[in-house]
Amino acid sequence: MITLEKRPSPSRAWAWATPVLAVLLTMIAGGLMFALLGKDPVDAIRTIFWAPLFDPQFASYSRPQLLVKAGPLILIAVGLAMGFRAGIWNIGAEGQYIIGALFGAGVALAAYPSGSPLIFPTMIVAGALGGFLWAMIPALLRVFFNTNEILVSLLLVYVAEQFLAAMALGPMKNPEGGGFPGSRNLQQYDAASNLELLQGTGLHWGVVAAIVAVIFGHVMLTRHLMGFHIRLAGQAPRAARFGGVNPGRLVIFCLGLSGALAGLAGMFEVSGPAGQVSIDFNSGYGFTAIIVAFLGRLHPVGILLAGLLMALTYIGGELAQFMLGIPAAAIQAFQGMLLFFLLGVDVLTNFRIRIGARGTA
Amino acid sequence: MDLSSINWLLLIAALMVGATPILLAAIGELVVERSGVLNLGVEGMMITGAICGFAVAVKTGSPALGFLGGALGGAVLSLVFGLLTQVFLSNQVATGLALTLFGLGLSALMGQSYVGIRPPATPKLDLGPLSDIPVLGPILFRHDPMIYISILIVALVWAVLFRTRAGLILRATGESAEAAHALGYRVIRIRLLAIACGGALAGLGGAYLSLVRVPQWTEGMTAGAGWIALALVVFASWRPWRVLIGAYLFGGLTVLQLNLQAAGMKMPVEYLSMSPYIITILVLVLISSGRGRISTSAPAALGRTFHAST
Repeated sequence: MITLEKRPSPSRAWAWATPVLAVLLTMIAGGLMFALLGKDPVDAIRTIFWAPLFDPQFASYSRPQLLVKAGPLILIAVGLAMGFRAGIWNIGAEGQYIIGALFGAGVALAAYPSGSPLIFPTMIVAGALGGFLWAMIPALLRVFFNTNEILVSLLLVYVAEQFLAAMALGPMKNPEGGGFPGSRNLQQYDAASNLELLQGTGLHWGVVAAIVAVIFGHVMLTRHLMGFHIRLAGQAPRAARFGGVNPGRLVIFCLGLSGALAGLAGMFEVSGPAGQVSIDFNSGYGFTAIIVAFLGRLHPVGILLAGLLMALTYIGGELAQFMLGIPAAAIQAFQGMLLFFLLGVDVLTNFRIRIGARGTA
Repeated sequence: MDLSSINWLLLIAALMVGATPILLAAIGELVVERSGVLNLGVEGMMITGAICGFAVAVKTGSPALGFLGGALGGAVLSLVFGLLTQVFLSNQVATGLALTLFGLGLSALMGQSYVGIRPPATPKLDLGPLSDIPVLGPILFRHDPMIYISILIVALVWAVLFRTRAGLILRATGESAEAAHALGYRVIRIRLLAIACGGALAGLGGAYLSLVRVPQWTEGMTAGAGWIALALVVFASWRPWRVLIGAYLFGGLTVLQLNLQAAGMKMPVEYLSMSPYIITILVLVLISSGRGRISTSAPAALGRTFHAST
């Protein structure tokens, strides 16, 4: 008989080993899935995880892409992780990302064609503000009306998507675009564009912001009182209440922070890699960031690594689509599978497996 | 805008069709939550049910088998959630989200060769003279069998939950897993059954969407219906008949919104398309702000992990 025995405290070794184990298990299960699709599993896994970095033919293109994709994922996931630790579930980062992009792009489009150096900084502030305000809807509803923030933040994603479409087809449409939906291309508007900072690296301001967020997140969690409150509220909600943690303030802080970071990510994306406000501007970073946050064990440094790995599956996925004809949806399923395995093997962190030691409990 | 162009009889009839997918998913989730488990993967199970049902119906030519296939697909996927949360004791919120993310990817993968195909038509139930009654006939008696089955399911869930011993045990598990365990009930087994039942109903709702409501397969076609179903359970304060009322109210609003679009209301389509989500949020706010109602009617053990040795 196999039984689970709760560990007195979570195992530190397993805490670091489980993400690696989960990735390996996902590779195996994903390989099976690719085999079912009639593709060579080894070839597929190699194309996803190896070719983007080391294949002489593609690496020069795909390596910079790594930072381009990892930037927004890390930026969003760091914010989400704070809330997840405290038991506050912002799952609408996708919506905050969209609104942040619209705020940022709105500033740029309103200022066009001015060349003022203040435009880009203003866009950054506007992007963060947009995401923050969008996240304040579930936060304030939760604090004042006790409304479930999970459902509200998620439902607002659909609202934001419709709003994005309305903007791309209406007020933000490029007047010189020949009637096509979508805004002016911000990449061609120097004062508002988020360009690559170092040629050939993919490093743009969003990536810089992501790294800053990782550092700040880490410092806050380990050195600041707010970080302590977050950890306390997650691990012992009752103790947190007695310890004077204001639950309402925590909700507003966690949702506001994650919203602002998601908004920033959206703003850096619309002014950089994406270039314009278009109907299909959002590409699911807000949802993938949830996986990144868990894969990084809700730890800023872990998230940095997890974000890079997840970015790799995006780029490798595109490559596999192009080289082997593996559908994009398979990569999406692959990413979902990763989260499953991660949550499943996490049992090893908190429990010890006993075989035959005791009878049925 | 021309309101007179809206056929109100057809609108009310369409309301039932519009409401059925979320009704099925919500009543399934109600069973799950009554057992103390919060499965946020409704959206993923619905969309998987939608493609499984669609694929089976297209392959066999039988909508009935399609509905069965949809229910089976949803149930199988839900058992992944069950295994993770009940056996591997993972966090229910995170696992539910994973289920949705995975379900969306999996369904898109499975559905690749089914885009643009029309499914076999689900025949209307022949109710003879009933359907010829003026006004009531077109509204109530000219539907496909699934509409009536879904109402029967609501009745069945109500009867089982509140009028049988099995239902009492299920609700006890949802109020206090420890107490149910101490009385000798198999908490894990009960919850796994509830989860599978919820998955099957969500899958059935998804299949209704792809086989009757739309009827077509497109990627991500559930478009938040699963999340609305989750909100509906809260709206109904975990009571089966209120789920029915909520689903029909919601279905009515959705259909009205589509009719307003068609009637050429002077408003960009996008803003009208937002309305179901905004209305759901507003309703959630109204329901949850009523003093303490949510906290008293929600199953006490909702979302808590149960481990026998602790």
